[in-house]
Amino acid sequence: MKRALTALWLLFLASIPLWLTDLYALHVLILTGIFIIAAMSLNLLLGYTGQLSLGHVAFFGIGAYVSSLVSLGFEVHLLPNWVVSLEPKPVWLAMLCGVALAGLSGWVIGRVSFKVRGAYFVIVTVSFAEVVRLVALNWVELTQGPMALNNIPALRLAIPGVAELAFLRKSANYWLTLIVAVLCYVLIRRLVHSRAGRAMVALRENEPLATSVGIDVTHYLVLATVVSAAMAGAAGVLYAHYVRIVDPDVFLFIYTVTMVIMVISGGKGTQAGPIVGGLIFGLLPDVLRAAAIKPEIQWVIYGVLMILIVYFLPEGIVPAVRRWWQGRARTAATP
Amino acid sequence: MSVPGIALAVEGLTLRFGGLTAVDNVSFEVREGEVLSLIGPNGAGKTSAFNAITGYIEPARGEIRYRGARLTGLRPNAIAALGVVRTFQKTSIFAGQTVRGNVAIGRHLHSRQRTLAILAGLSSVAREEAQSARDVGDILRFVGLKSRADTTAASLPYGELRLLEVAVALAAKPTLLLLDEPVSGMNPVETASFMKLLGEIRGRGITVLLVEHDMKMVMGASDRIVCLNQGRIIASGTPGDIQGHPEVVRAYLGSKYVAKK
Repeated sequence: MKRALTALWLLFLASIPLWLTDLYALHVLILTGIFIIAAMSLNLLLGYTGQLSLGHVAFFGIGAYVSSLVSLGFEVHLLPNWVVSLEPKPVWLAMLCGVALAGLSGWVIGRVSFKVRGAYFVIVTVSFAEVVRLVALNWVELTQGPMALNNIPALRLAIPGVAELAFLRKSANYWLTLIVAVLCYVLIRRLVHSRAGRAMVALRENEPLATSVGIDVTHYLVLATVVSAAMAGAAGVLYAHYVRIVDPDVFLFIYTVTMVIMVISGGKGTQAGPIVGGLIFGLLPDVLRAAAIKPEIQWVIYGVLMILIVYFLPEGIVPAVRRWWQGRARTAATP
Repeated sequence: MSVPGIALAVEGLTLRFGGLTAVDNVSFEVREGEVLSLIGPNGAGKTSAFNAITGYIEPARGEIRYRGARLTGLRPNAIAALGVVRTFQKTSIFAGQTVRGNVAIGRHLHSRQRTLAILAGLSSVAREEAQSARDVGDILRFVGLKSRADTTAASLPYGELRLLEVAVALAAKPTLLLLDEPVSGMNPVETASFMKLLGEIRGRGITVLLVEHDMKMVMGASDRIVCLNQGRIIASGTPGDIQGHPEVVRAYLGSKYVAKK
């Protein structure tokens, strides 16, 4: 029953490009999907280990920049007679490099902040994101700085002599995003329903008790950071090869805030939370715009809705709905 | 080298907090399979000694060995991996998780799941999870919380919370269990059933180091008692020795306790 429902739901999501003729709407869905992947990755850290990464956009941006640079190739003069250059590589390889480097930077952040929790973890991650943004802005030779990296190639997958698939159309990018999102969802699901996920929750709920039963909390915090960073990197990679232009604005703090809003409003520590929150706050600006509401009013509505959700459903939408549903089932069982 | 029969050896343990010497040159040992109680007035250094043994604070001086392995300098999780597991004086559980979930976390050390296998979704992980569920069920039955398995820990009544703490510690399969005031706040009925449980824990071959203020429990359950006062050992011996010991009576038990007997 549950499995059938999941399959139906997936089928519906996969069918959207077949009947949705409005290309702009599809574009909004793709960007929302990319943001949902990033929000899911943030939820692994914030919702399960309880550590707030307020520099999460750094991993997103690193994924985007690395993948773009590897697919475009680059040449940088590090010392007067030391030149590092890279020929353009196939996009799929560039994408993997983007994910890997984002994961690696997650590992570094996890190691550096192995003893800091709470506010200090927030400061480490915020600083990291700002440093990466400044590098992207000022290392013009590598990143083109504010001129942005453009003409980023789209993904092409070829089976020699059989077929070639180029991810140029919106529908193809939509499906690619959907596949990556489902993959991330499954990986997170496996992780949280395992020994590793329990260790992360133990770190969130009661660190001294967790260590007393032998959990190496640092190890699991690093693991969560690496997986989370790699997934945020994957979202950045998708973004770069879909929008095909990347500038230092991908590191803006507002994107991290958006991810946090999605996770908190949907329900942190639940798997559906970032998806529900992501759909609401990803689509809302465009829904309001389509409703031809004055721009200044649009953001007021966005803000008020956010405050209402946080005020009335402090745990988020998904846990609240779940509790309401269980309560209803209980009253139905006892007439 | 450890002398045969000695599980935990504490030698010359000294703990300082700033200018205060909380534990001063304390030496004692816990023998395999026994229940040893640490007693003494508040501030005598009992919990501090617990914290030092389990790696939560670094001793200023002294050696702690368990079955020949040095514990000083190890982190708490490494000490737990050697079989030394504690409970906490203030009720300490994973409040948002179910009773079952709490015990499953406690079983961490004994669950064999590699991260890559988890991510790949291998069937070995699913089998291990099933094994974990059975183990958790056994432990809950053992401490008598089976009927509460799906209750959120935070909503348990106090007596059951304290049982849950022991269940979480037992899930780590300790060979030396350190209980920090396990029956404080329990009513006499709960205390009596806890003493029965303690007997069953012993029956499993688990050595117990106990800190407790409930003298009925201490006298009834311990093989030996070490009495601390102001960071020093003032007496040690069997419950019989301790009850009549003039220093212990003066510093802790009070003359009323002796008169009552």
